[in-house]
Amino acid sequence: MKIKHLVSGIALSMGASVLSVSAMAADTIKVGVLHSLSGTMAISETTLKDTVLMMVEEQNKKGGLLGKKLEAVVVDPASNWPLFAEKTRELLTKDQVDVIFGCWTSVSRKSALPVLEELNGLMFYPVQYEGEESSKNVFYTGAAPNQQAIPAVDYLMNDLGVKRWVLAGTDYVYPRTTNKILEAYLKAKGVAEEDIMINYTPFGHSDWQSIVSDIKSFGAEGKKTAVVSTINGDANVPFYKELGNQGISAEDIPVVAFSVGEEELSGLDTKPLVGHLAAWNYFQSVESDANSAFISQWKAFTGNPDRVTNDPMEATYIGFKMWTQAVEKAGTTDVDAVEQAMIGQETENLTGGMAYMNKNHHLSKPVLIGEIQDDGQFEVVWETEGVVPGDAWSDFLPGSKDLIADWTAPISCGNYNTVTKTCSGQNY
Amino acid sequence: MRYINAICACLLGLLISTSVLAEPPSEAQQPLLLELTEVKLNKALPVLQQLETTEGADMLALFKTMLNGDLYYEKESKRLIAALKEQSVTRYTDLFSGEELNDLSKNQVSKIKVNNKLRGYLGEAIARMQLNHPDSVVRKDAVRSLFSDLGANTIELIRTARLKEQSRSVQDVMDVALALYRTEHAAEATDRLQAVKVLEGSLEPEVRNQLTRLAENDPSRSVRKAAQTGLDKIDQKAEMYGFINQLFFGLSLGSVLLLAAIGLAITFGVMGVINMAHGEMIMLGAYTTYVVQLMLPNMIEYSLWIAVPLAFMVSGLAGILIERLVIRHLHGRPLETLLATFGISLILQQMVRTVFSPLNRQVATPDWMSGSIEINPLLSLTLNRLYIVAFALLVFMILLIVLKKTSLGLNVRAVSQNRDMAKAMGIRTDRVDALTFGLGSGIAGIAGVALSQLTNVGPNLGQAYIIDSFMVVVFGGVGNLWGTLVAAFTLGVANKFIEPVTGAVLASILVLVFIILFIQKRPKGLFPQKGRAAE
Repeated sequence: MKIKHLVSGIALSMGASVLSVSAMAADTIKVGVLHSLSGTMAISETTLKDTVLMMVEEQNKKGGLLGKKLEAVVVDPASNWPLFAEKTRELLTKDQVDVIFGCWTSVSRKSALPVLEELNGLMFYPVQYEGEESSKNVFYTGAAPNQQAIPAVDYLMNDLGVKRWVLAGTDYVYPRTTNKILEAYLKAKGVAEEDIMINYTPFGHSDWQSIVSDIKSFGAEGKKTAVVSTINGDANVPFYKELGNQGISAEDIPVVAFSVGEEELSGLDTKPLVGHLAAWNYFQSVESDANSAFISQWKAFTGNPDRVTNDPMEATYIGFKMWTQAVEKAGTTDVDAVEQAMIGQETENLTGGMAYMNKNHHLSKPVLIGEIQDDGQFEVVWETEGVVPGDAWSDFLPGSKDLIADWTAPISCGNYNTVTKTCSGQNY
Repeated sequence: MRYINAICACLLGLLISTSVLAEPPSEAQQPLLLELTEVKLNKALPVLQQLETTEGADMLALFKTMLNGDLYYEKESKRLIAALKEQSVTRYTDLFSGEELNDLSKNQVSKIKVNNKLRGYLGEAIARMQLNHPDSVVRKDAVRSLFSDLGANTIELIRTARLKEQSRSVQDVMDVALALYRTEHAAEATDRLQAVKVLEGSLEPEVRNQLTRLAENDPSRSVRKAAQTGLDKIDQKAEMYGFINQLFFGLSLGSVLLLAAIGLAITFGVMGVINMAHGEMIMLGAYTTYVVQLMLPNMIEYSLWIAVPLAFMVSGLAGILIERLVIRHLHGRPLETLLATFGISLILQQMVRTVFSPLNRQVATPDWMSGSIEINPLLSLTLNRLYIVAFALLVFMILLIVLKKTSLGLNVRAVSQNRDMAKAMGIRTDRVDALTFGLGSGIAGIAGVALSQLTNVGPNLGQAYIIDSFMVVVFGGVGNLWGTLVAAFTLGVANKFIEPVTGAVLASILVLVFIILFIQKRPKGLFPQKGRAAE
C-alpha cells in the first residue's frame, strides 16, 4: 500500500513537472486567482481578486515577466471550503497555472493545502491568520499572531496601562488559537487568571446585551480594562452598537479588533466606534508616496472614487511584487526554483520601509495600531520600531514552542523541532 | 454614570461647537495654542494641561470641540477653527472670534488629532471646568466623572464648589467624592470611619472598589468592619439589580423574537403555509428603512415613523404577489410550498445583492433611540431595546384587535377553521388568503424596521431570523397568537438566564434541545388549538 502510494506520488510529481514544462513552453505565464466571488466571503474576497487583476494589468504594461505576458485565471470557490481543494486541483492540472493567489479563511487554506503539496503548486496567502503552519508551497504575506495580536496587547499594556483583559471572539479556529496564544502570553507577563475573561459567540451573533453588560461590570473593578476582539465580520456592528448604547466609550474600555478594517467600516455607521482600535500592518490613512500611488491606482482601476484599501490588499500587493522579483531572479516560473528565490526577497511596504521574506515563508513587516475615526479611516497611534519577523510557530503555546520553520538547506522543513532535532512534516 | 456623562458632554459639545469663547486668549495662552497646532499626538497632553491651568480665556469650548474631533486649524495663519458637519457640508468658524469662514476649503485646513488618552484627559478637564455650571444635572455628572481620578487639585476644586452648592443631589455626590478622598488620605482612623459611613448607600463602582480595598487593607479594625458592612449592603443591592437587568435583557430578546415570529404566526400559524421566504420579508422591511433614510437624509429623526407604514406596504405587497403567483397554486401541498418559498427567498436575496450591493447597508439610529436611561449606577436600560419591547407589544395588540374585532379578522378565522364551510357562507376565500398572507408579510416588514436598529442590514438578514421564528411559532402552538407571545418571551428570558452560566454558544444549543424535548412531549406546543378544526 505504502509503496503504491509512493509510486503514485512519484508519477504525479513527474506528471506535474512535465506539466510545468509544457506551461513554460506556452507564451504566457498563468496566474491563478482563488478567491470566493459568491457566498458569505464574497464581500471580502472579491476585493482581493480585483487587486490581483490590477497587479497583473500593471505588470503587463511594464512588459510582462521574462518577456512573456501574464494571464490571470480566475475561479470561484464560492465560499465552499471543500471546493477550494477542487478548484486548486483544477488550476494546477487543467489550467496549469504557475502561481496561485488566494484563500481568506483558515479553513479554506487548510482545504487547499494538501492539493498544493501533492501537485507541488505555489500559493500566496494574504490574510492575517492564527499561525501554527508553514508549508513549502505557501507564502504567508498576512500577519502571524506575533505581528498583530501580541504587539496590540503590548501597546495596551504599556501605553494604556491595561490590567484586566477581555478576550472576545467568534467561535472558530482563528479566535480560539489566537486567544490561546494571548492567554499564555498574558499569564507569562504576570496577569492573574481572574483578570482574564474569555468569551465566545456564534457566527453572526446579534444580541450582545448580556455580554456587553458583563464586560461593563468586569471593567468596573477599578483596574483599566480592554477588550481584545477576534469577533468576525457581521457580528461586529451590533457589538459596537451595544457598547455605545450601554455607554461604554473607547476611553473607558477600548476594544482592539483584529478583523475590522477599512472595508468592513465602509458599510456601517462609525459614530459609536470612534476611538476603538485595530491592529494591522497597513492602514489606508498612512501617508507615503507608494501608498498614495497605490490608492489612486486602485480607485482608477475600480472606477469608484469611494473605494477603500485595506491590509489584505497590501499583503496581496507585497506577495505579487515579491513573486515577480523571485521569478526574475530565478529566470523561470518553476515552483522549486521560485520558492528558493523567494526567500530573502525584499520589497517596499506601502507604509514605508521594506518587507522581507524570511526562511519560514512569513514576512517581516511593521505593526501599526490605529484608532477608528468618524470618517471610517484609522489614525495611527502607535507603531513598532522597525519590522517584526512573522513567527510561524508561536513561542507561547506548549506544543509549538520548540518548533521552527526553515525552508533552506540543511533543515528544509516547516516544523523542525529544535529539541528533538526532527522534522514531522505535518501541516494539517 | 461617567459614561453617560461622556455622552452628555459629546451632545453638549455638538451644541456648543458653533458658539465661541467669550474672550480672546491671553498672551500666556497664545504660544500654547500655537503649539497645539504643531505638536505630535503623543506630546499634546502637557500642552493641554498647561492650557487648563494658564490664566486667560475660558478653554471649555476649545476642549469640547477637540473632544468631538471637530477642532481644525488654518494651515496658513495657524488660527484654530471649529468645524460643524451638517450632512455632507462642513461649516468652519473661527474658534475665538466666532467669525464664519465660509470660503475656507478642505485643503486649507488641517485637523488637530485626538486619541483616547487625550479624550480621557479632555473629559476630565471639562468636568473640572463644569463644577460651577448653572445646570445641576451637568454639575452632578461632572463630579461623578471625576470619581475615577481624585487628585489633590480636583478635590480642592470640589471642596470649593461644595461650599456654594445648593442642590441636594449634587451635594450628595460631592460628599461621596470628598469621602472617597478621605478614606484614602486621612491619617486618623476615626476620620476614615466617618468617611466610610458617608459612602454607605452609594452604588458607584468606585465606592465599591474603595470599600473592597479598605475592608482588606485598612490598618484600623473598626474601619475594616464598617467597610465590610457597607460592601455587603452594596452586594445585596447589586444582586437584585443584576436580576432585574437580566430580566430586561430576556424581555428584550423576547420582543425581538416576537417581532420576527408574529408575522409567521399568521402565515404559518393561521394559514398553514410553510413560508421559507418569511425572513426575506423582514429583510425587505429593513431595506425600506435604508431607502427612506437615503431619500430623506435630513429627517433621520423621523425616518423610522415614515418607514413603518412603508415597510408594511412593501412587504405586504410582496407577500400578496407571492401568494397570488406561487402559493395559491400549491394549496395543500406543504412540501412543494416549502421548496417554492425557499426558492423565492433565494431570489429575493440575490435581487437585493444586485440592486443594493452584497455589502451591508448603513442604517442610522436616531438620537432619541441611542444611549440609555440610568436608573442607578448599577442599572441602566438601553433606549433602543426599551422602544423595541414597547413596539413589539404594540404590534401584537394591533394584530390581535385586527383578528378579533374586524370583519377581515373574522373572515381569516373562518377560512382557517373550515375553508369549505366559509366558502359556502359566501366568503371569498381567495381574496382572504391573499390578504392574510399580505398581512403576515407586512407585519414581518415592520419587524424589519425594528431589527434594522439592532443588527446588520444585509442580504443575509432574513436567514438569521427564520429559524428563530419557526421555533417560536411551533413552541407557542400553531395558530395561537397568545402562544407566540408567551413562547417568544419564555425563550428570550430563558436564553438570557442561561447565557451568563454557559456562554452564548451553549445557551442557544440548550434552548434548542429544550424545545426538541418539549415538542416530543407536547407536539402541539404550549397552547394547542382545540376543537374539530384542529384535527
